[in-house]
Amino acid sequence: MNDALDVALRLLVVFAVFLVLPLVIGQTEHKVMAHMQGRLGPMYAGGFHGWAQLVADGVKFAQKEDVVPAGADRRIFQLAPAVALLPYLLVLVAIPIGPGEGAVGQVVDAGLFFVLAVMGVGVLGSLMAGWASANKFSLLGGLRTAAQLLAYELPMLLAAASVAMAAGTVSLPGIVAAFEWWWLPWQIVGALVFFVAGLAELQRPPFDMPVADSEIIFGAYTEYTGLRFALFLLAEYAGIVVLCGLTTVLFLGGWQGPWGADGLGWLWTLLKTAILAFLVIWLRVSYPRLREDQLQKLAWTTLVPLALAQIALTGIVKVAIQ
Amino acid sequence: MTLAAPAPQGFLSPTGVEIAFLLVGLVTFAAAIVTVTTKQLVHAALWLVVALGGLAVEYLLLTAEFIAWVQVLIYVGSVVVLLLFGLMLTKAPIGRSPDADSGNRWAALTVAVAAAATLVWVVVDAFRTQWIDLDAPQGTTAVTGAMLFQHWVLPFEALSVLLLAALVGAIVLSRKADEGDEADETGPEPGAKTAPGTADEEQR
Repeated sequence: MNDALDVALRLLVVFAVFLVLPLVIGQTEHKVMAHMQGRLGPMYAGGFHGWAQLVADGVKFAQKEDVVPAGADRRIFQLAPAVALLPYLLVLVAIPIGPGEGAVGQVVDAGLFFVLAVMGVGVLGSLMAGWASANKFSLLGGLRTAAQLLAYELPMLLAAASVAMAAGTVSLPGIVAAFEWWWLPWQIVGALVFFVAGLAELQRPPFDMPVADSEIIFGAYTEYTGLRFALFLLAEYAGIVVLCGLTTVLFLGGWQGPWGADGLGWLWTLLKTAILAFLVIWLRVSYPRLREDQLQKLAWTTLVPLALAQIALTGIVKVAIQ
Repeated sequence: MTLAAPAPQGFLSPTGVEIAFLLVGLVTFAAAIVTVTTKQLVHAALWLVVALGGLAVEYLLLTAEFIAWVQVLIYVGSVVVLLLFGLMLTKAPIGRSPDADSGNRWAALTVAVAAAATLVWVVVDAFRTQWIDLDAPQGTTAVTGAMLFQHWVLPFEALSVLLLAALVGAIVLSRKADEGDEADETGPEPGAKTAPGTADEEQR
């Protein structure tokens, strides 16, 4: 009975985090973009600093009619947002925010593989949406999504493998526990590759060719309205949370900090995640979109060789210090 | 399940894990059947996701956690995405494809049954009446890694050489197709293409 209660409580906490953090990032993005680009719109709703903008967005999405195009494949069209969103919920279960059993939803033995595998499943949602919409812009978006995933999955995996080699384990809490400060310069290339490839997998600017609004309207999500569209947006923000959390855990030492690692470990994790999330938003407002061929070229000719070089370096240093 | 006869464990009093294993197996089997019988091409690919996911759950139930996640990563995350990518390039229609039947279906069925029989025979012959104690994890990453690199290094290396050969072969084939392309059209490629080689290959 106690076990069941424990499991239920953990799942509840993970679910609450899943509901709250993406919205916090969404609100932050409104505000940060407004400040950086001098936008007036997001600063208006509700009075002080436009605090009610997110609420207004939510009400707007909930009010809109849920339209399924006549030519669409109904069931797949309706299922796609769930397939895009749920994997990120599953991933959150395995990300540790502090030391000890209490600070992670469930310790997964092969946590690194679990996280990367399940994250890859989310892209199926975009592909399903792109195909089932019966719209050529959606189909183009779906194609670009697939091409992008195939290109960036490899460097992401290689970069993650480098950390696993350094730590000698693929368990996420194990990797953080093994972290030393000098891993930062040692794994910096891998960290950059991982973060960039993760951004591309989330289709965030500057890697948002699959949803390029000036060319293909909104890619795979063109035909979506109302709550289903909001679910896709939520999946993007949940993806930012997961990517930043993962980068923190793998490359930035997670709960370890210069001081207060005993009680305040979770605060370090959240702080590092928040800084990375800010960086993600910052990149969105400051970089132009990469063209499709530039995207592919970056992945195959820059990131993959860099990741391989990082693995070689990790191996050499690992053997040298043993 | 066929190994149960002389073992001390009761055959008629299955544990929860065994029941779950059987049920997930049925779901996987049904999804696999639908995959090859449905007339809707993209649905077939999506049912394949269910079948491969079911297989991953079976690995999990056998406590082979590492294998399960690799299964999801490689098959659901990459192979199915590649499949869908190919299907999208072929203008797979929404709804039934009238020409989705293949004349080779009996040959395919024969090959499939033969492959299944071989695999079942190998597994039965290898394990016979051994029981795996599922209470303690048997397939953790550490155990899998140690087994792979201590007892199975040679097959592992042979496989990787085979895959490397396939990779080189694919590159050679796609480059040949590119040269033919340049001979046909003298002008520069219109617009930006996706992954080099693959997109051009499958469009033909």
